Amino acid sequence: MSRARTRQARVAETIARGVMGAMAASVIAVALFVLAYIVYQGVGAIDWQFLTDVPRDRGRAGGIYPVIIGTVYVVTATAAFTLPVGVLAGIYLSEYAPRNLATRAIRLAITNMAGVPSIVYGLFGLAAFVLAAGIGRSVLAAALTLTCMTLPVVITATEEALRQIPQDIRQASLALGATKLRTIYKVVLPAAAPGIVTGSILGLARAAGETAPILFTGAVFQMRQTPDSPLSQFMALPYHIYAQVTSVPDWNRTLVWGTVLVLVAGVSIVSMVAAAWRSVQRRKIKW
Amino acid sequence: MVSVLSIADEGTAAIVVPRPSVDDRTAGIAESARGSFTLADVSVAYGDDLVIEGVDMEIPSRAVTALIGPSGCGKSTLLRCLNRMNDELGTVRVGGTITLDGQDIMRREVDPVELRMRVGQVFQRPNPFPMSIYDNVAFGPRTQGIRRRADLDALVEESLRGAALWDEVRKSLKKHAFELSGGQQQRLCIARALATKPEVVLMDEPASALDPISTQQIEDTIAELKSSVTIVIVTHNMQQAARISDRTAFMLRESLEEPAHLIEVGETKKMFTNPDDKRTESYITGRFG
Repeated sequence: MSRARTRQARVAETIARGVMGAMAASVIAVALFVLAYIVYQGVGAIDWQFLTDVPRDRGRAGGIYPVIIGTVYVVTATAAFTLPVGVLAGIYLSEYAPRNLATRAIRLAITNMAGVPSIVYGLFGLAAFVLAAGIGRSVLAAALTLTCMTLPVVITATEEALRQIPQDIRQASLALGATKLRTIYKVVLPAAAPGIVTGSILGLARAAGETAPILFTGAVFQMRQTPDSPLSQFMALPYHIYAQVTSVPDWNRTLVWGTVLVLVAGVSIVSMVAAAWRSVQRRKIKW
Repeated sequence: MVSVLSIADEGTAAIVVPRPSVDDRTAGIAESARGSFTLADVSVAYGDDLVIEGVDMEIPSRAVTALIGPSGCGKSTLLRCLNRMNDELGTVRVGGTITLDGQDIMRREVDPVELRMRVGQVFQRPNPFPMSIYDNVAFGPRTQGIRRRADLDALVEESLRGAALWDEVRKSLKKHAFELSGGQQQRLCIARALATKPEVVLMDEPASALDPISTQQIEDTIAELKSSVTIVIVTHNMQQAARISDRTAFMLRESLEEPAHLIEVGETKKMFTNPDDKRTESYITGRFG
């Protein structure tokens, strides 16, 4: 009787393991398939000319140099706006904010901001930055729009990372006569940095790949040179892909897949560097 | 208002540490008498809930005072009044007066940050910072503005010696603090507290998370330290209080409806052999708590 039950339990255990393992494997398989397919389709386009030349024949020939540079500019500007505001806001919410209705309202607003579809940010950016603020369609307007979209991710990541830090090391620092500010920037922030960096990179990677927020706020179909000021328009990888496929008859499949590969590779390399740095940090810090 | 305290120890050059003092009156007090507390009618309330009432006691300089009593009797809360760590909890109100070397430390204009450089604390669980052994110990001095490498090196060595950890870590000061064992981490926390040259070190059950051998080492360290600093220790362990303390204070909350009171305070020997109060005797002989 009891032997039958333990055998039954063992069988159930084996099945459960198998099912969960298969699910995990299928996720990895899909990711690998997508990546492999992009590499397979796009790797033929990658050569020196593709990376350094301007698009020719409406994008059917030539390269994507201004497209890459445009995305780098916009993402850099987005990071420059998002990181200080997002990290400081996250610190405020985790370390300073009183536990009251106003703080709860702020948190709720941030959660809601994270759930707003990106096309809505695109329209908001057009109305607020391009038209009302008079910035015009530009790197600056697009970066500000992407900042609105990325901020909730960075704020939430910062707040969560800070919450992971045990309360007792804050106490230890205060008990040594450190001020709250010194406790935060000497003890708490360095310990939380891996989590903050990871969350920020995730948010910025998403910003790099978004089309809708830059569609109305500054991205253009064709430029012969790279943007020469924050107020100039720009080309960008995701919008270039979208424009080729929807607006260019007989678009060059190899070049578009090549553009996709550059976007994915760029985002992956940054994420991987961040992950490697984080694992070095984690190895040092075990709670 | 900056007084200058010079620290000279065998083997280390004299380091002059400018330390802002709460009040210049400290300058008149002899070095050997520094670090004594007087509590008068101290009460503590969490919001509207009075948890400690009417505590009067003296904590003498350069001696070990143990706070004992059952769980929830407010020992740790009272301890945190002495370096104003209760301020950090927001809703705690402390009444009465607490003086350190003659100055009222509860006045609004007393900066808790300055007070805590004079009154260090060691916590129940070892809580080193996620950084190297050296940086842990140097944290307090750096907070006080000491930057010169030679000064920091000397302070780190002196503090680690004070906490009986130097011989074990002298070759690995750059090692991450988390690589130390639990007992070593706690002695590191003691060294970290000593590095600010405090007059008093508060210890909140410093050995309760440690094994017997580490506990023994902590107790030996305390015995060494009491010649140079005042120690106030909260402990659950009555044998420990009897072993290491010079004076013992017994606190008790007799029912949930009323706040905790200080039942009796006196020489440890007397408290454990011939206490004045029946309740002290019952607690010490293990009849409750």
